[in-house]
Amino acid sequence: MTREEMDLLVDRVVRSAIENVCGTMLGCPVEIGETTQIGYPLQESDGVVALIGMAGPWVGMGALTCKPDLACRLAGAFLLTEYETVNEEVLDAVAELANMVIGNLKVTIEEEVGEMGLSTPTTIFGASFCTKIGGSQEWTLIPVKVCDGDLLIQVCIVPNERSRSLQRVEMAGHMVTRI
Amino acid sequence: MPLDVLVVDDSAAIRKILQRVLVQTELPLGTILEAGDGLEAIERLKANNIGLVLSDINMPNMDGIELLSQMRQNPQWKSIPVVMITTEGSQQKVLEAVDLGASGYVRKPFTADQIKEKLSGIV
Repeated sequence: MTREEMDLLVDRVVRSAIENVCGTMLGCPVEIGETTQIGYPLQESDGVVALIGMAGPWVGMGALTCKPDLACRLAGAFLLTEYETVNEEVLDAVAELANMVIGNLKVTIEEEVGEMGLSTPTTIFGASFCTKIGGSQEWTLIPVKVCDGDLLIQVCIVPNERSRSLQRVEMAGHMVTRI
Repeated sequence: MPLDVLVVDDSAAIRKILQRVLVQTELPLGTILEAGDGLEAIERLKANNIGLVLSDINMPNMDGIELLSQMRQNPQWKSIPVVMITTEGSQQKVLEAVDLGASGYVRKPFTADQIKEKLSGIV
């Protein structure tokens, strides 16, 4: 499978998965925007990020990013509870949403390239921080409007021989991490 | 006699949703207990008279496949129905779980009706 074919597969599966997850577990419609590719891995954030790694014949990472108020609304729709601030339950709900979207992607990728492993989600919440993945791989960015907010889904996956640079994740700034 | 149920998932969110769904099913279920991974599940199994297990596969410390394997090797637990509820929908994982004696399989995301339908054939 080529990088171009993988990019197309990621785009198709992530779109389908987020629609399915939001429709089934949140009971709310989604509006999926235009997919873009970025060649630099530095991302500035001031909200909630859920990260999940994938490893096997191809290796990479998926991330869901959103502002705190959207994280609270997503968790509220997920757990049928109102949340005014980001707490453990909100972080856990966002992590599980990421797990379902990236998990569905991983299962489909497996059908094409062979067995893949999936990490448990890591959730980061902070006022101002950067996430940086070593190397210069392209990321697929898929913006989603859901629950009156903007959710960004980011995926980077490359053939395993280029995986070494993906192993280093550098994060700076004030953050709270839950693994 | 109602069956006590053990819900095993490292996500507290999923455990909470499954608790709600299980109550909604109106099946003859008793107490619903929780565990965050396979190791905790083993402790709950030792301390309680569990009649049904719903388990994730991908968990830290001890995953759902290892939990199922240990249950099937234990004479006290080997006949307890275990339903796998997970994003791990790969053919290999499904076959592994079936080989070990899983009673069913539901892929996340799930609806309450899917859970009820799966459990109706077991409870």
